[in-house]
Amino acid sequence: MVPLSWYLIFSAALFSVGLFGVLTRRNAVAILLGVELMLNSVNVNLAAFWRYGNVTDIAGQVFAIIVFAVAAAEVSVGLALVISIYRKRNTVIADDLDMLKF
Amino acid sequence: MATETLIWLIPLPPALAFFLIVLFTNRNKALSHTIAVGAAFLSWLGSMIVFVRALRVESLGENPFESSVNWLPTGDTWFRAGVLVDPLTAVTLFFVAWTVLMIFIYSVGYHNFGQPAGDHDHKGLPPHGATVDEHGHKHVVPSVEPLYSRFFAFIGLFAFGMFTLVVSDNLLTLFVGWEIMGLCSYLLIGFWYGKKSARDAAVKAFMTTRIGDVFMLLGIAYLYSVTGTLSFREIFTETTLRTLASIPSMVNGLSSAGLIGLLLFIGTIGKSAQFPLHVWLPDAMEGPTPVSAMIHAATMVSGGVYTAIRMFPLLSLDSTTMSIVAFIGAFTALFAATIALAQNDIKRVLAYSTISQLGFMIAALGIGAYVAAVFHLITHAFFKALLFLGSGSVIHGMEHGVLHTGKHDVDPQDMFNMGGLKNKMPITFWTFLIGGFALSGFPIVTAGFWSKDEILADAFAHNLPVFVTLAVAAFLTAFYTMRQITLTFLGEPRTKEAAHAHETPWTMTTPLVVLSVLAIGYGWIGIPEHFPLLGGLVPNWLHDFVGGTLAEHPEALEFNVVPLLTSLVVALGGLGLGYLMYRNVNSPAEDKLQLGFLKNKYYFDEIYDVVFIKPVTWFADKVVYQIMDKGFIDGILHLFGPGTQGIGDGIRNYFDLPVINKFFGDGSANATYFSGEKLRLAQTGRIQQYLMLALILFLAIGAALYFLIKV
Repeated sequence: MVPLSWYLIFSAALFSVGLFGVLTRRNAVAILLGVELMLNSVNVNLAAFWRYGNVTDIAGQVFAIIVFAVAAAEVSVGLALVISIYRKRNTVIADDLDMLKF
Repeated sequence: MATETLIWLIPLPPALAFFLIVLFTNRNKALSHTIAVGAAFLSWLGSMIVFVRALRVESLGENPFESSVNWLPTGDTWFRAGVLVDPLTAVTLFFVAWTVLMIFIYSVGYHNFGQPAGDHDHKGLPPHGATVDEHGHKHVVPSVEPLYSRFFAFIGLFAFGMFTLVVSDNLLTLFVGWEIMGLCSYLLIGFWYGKKSARDAAVKAFMTTRIGDVFMLLGIAYLYSVTGTLSFREIFTETTLRTLASIPSMVNGLSSAGLIGLLLFIGTIGKSAQFPLHVWLPDAMEGPTPVSAMIHAATMVSGGVYTAIRMFPLLSLDSTTMSIVAFIGAFTALFAATIALAQNDIKRVLAYSTISQLGFMIAALGIGAYVAAVFHLITHAFFKALLFLGSGSVIHGMEHGVLHTGKHDVDPQDMFNMGGLKNKMPITFWTFLIGGFALSGFPIVTAGFWSKDEILADAFAHNLPVFVTLAVAAFLTAFYTMRQITLTFLGEPRTKEAAHAHETPWTMTTPLVVLSVLAIGYGWIGIPEHFPLLGGLVPNWLHDFVGGTLAEHPEALEFNVVPLLTSLVVALGGLGLGYLMYRNVNSPAEDKLQLGFLKNKYYFDEIYDVVFIKPVTWFADKVVYQIMDKGFIDGILHLFGPGTQGIGDGIRNYFDLPVINKFFGDGSANATYFSGEKLRLAQTGRIQQYLMLALILFLAIGAALYFLIKV
């Protein structure tokens, strides 16, 4: 069986990719994509820890499923916000959306 | 109902009436007097039932009606308060209930119930009359008292005080009733508070009786500290009395019984207006006439004598105290009678006569004539209430005349403005005549004769100087009474006002008739057994009954012809001489007895003013006000004022302004403002910068935690 550390390394890499995307992409939709990547890397972690830990305890699996549900909800709200902003400001570039500054 | 329960209930209706009137029916005149008279009637009914039941008891003195409850906890024991009806209480209750009821009814007419409201009457002033239009022409009729309900509330409370005093079985509740009456007499004498004279009289009455009350309270406290009880039945046991008589007091030569008796007696002196605290009573005539009757005949002054009589077993323990009591009584009897000779105000004559008659009772008590004192107390209450109410009726009739002529400077109380009222006011005349004759001691017919005769007989047997003094006083009494009757009712009207006087309404005359029946009839119950001809026809009920109050029943006196002749001579002589002298007198100038020192009451008011009041006001003004208050107290205050102000200034200038205001107040605001100014630059509005910052902080905290925990 593949050792646990491989999953963790994979998960960390995926997380870093997502984080990089969130911090560097200017498009709001792309930022949301990055967030999805980060969430899924967590799911990998959860699934891996469940498999390598106490298999009868299904909390890890359940947690992963809840994260799916939350991610789906989050994306739908996030995209709705992006569309709403686009209609108002005609842009989806994050840097242009700075109405909250000083 | 059980008699004991009934006794508890007797004082309550008037008190209830007071609260009802004050709280609810103040605006409704008819309802107010209905409640008050109804309450008086209930108390009267209760008293009569108790009286009748008391008569049925064999030797009531040994087995009185009594009932008491625990009142105040005193350590392990209780101070018990309750009611007691022994023979003395029973007869007192009888005359109090009758006179109170009569006075209540009389007040309805006296305050012009049913008459229109006055044209320009003010609250706190006597009504001035109202103009009415009748058959096309205007004329003035008496107007209703503006504070009608208030009057009935006050006399209700007054009656409560008196009934409480009478049925009490201990000195403390007796004192409570006593003080309630003191308060009410103040309120009622000052009832027409718009008049300065009434206000002054009210204060004077209150202050003067207060002197007596303080001593009485001292006496009560002393008695309690010696015996540990204030209940009459417990004090008057043989052992307690013997203890009291044997313990010497702090005053040299007096046993504690003597001192206590003396202190309590000073209370009586104040309340019953004996010399030297008699000065308040004549001035108290400023009140409405029913009040005069109430204070001076039926209740308050009788309350004083009643208390002295009640404490007789204690008083009689010490011969010194008894001599003082006898002296004060006899002296007051003569002294007040002489002043009454020269008074022209119809009510003032009666006031001094009251003082004098109370002196008779006190003197009787002082020589040990217990039953005679009680007898005279009762008969006096009846005939003096009758006389006061009669004089009120006369004044009322005269006021009618004054309203008719419209000359308001004519004093309706001055006897020299009257004359010939016999035909104008027949009921008032005949009842007043009965009252006057009873006061003079007109032989055989009137109650006053029997009671006064008994006092004189006792005095003759026990103490000759007192006998002589009282005989002279009795002569003067008859004389000034006849003077009063002659000047008021006989002859021709001396003024137009008197010519237009009117008989008063039935509410006023009915009480007069009832009281005159009592003023005559009540004497017959006390006819001595050995009296020539009449003696033995009616048993001397009063002596047996009242005498039973004392543990040692007093012996009935042997008949002696000297005091009987004396009382016949002084009564008839005084009346005859009074008629002869004043038959043709029409003005004060023709009156030979208008002597300066008599008219001015031996200058007692002036003497008291110089001896007591002036020094006190001087002391209050110069010493207390100028030196103590302005100099000393204010000086201290002035010392404190600038001192505190300096401290305050210092704190303000050196602490509050720089530290609190500048540093904390302004400083914190400035700091916040400054930091806000700088920190707002961090708010770029760029979401990725925020995320970056969050990441950096997260890493930093993670690193910190990692290293810290590792270490």
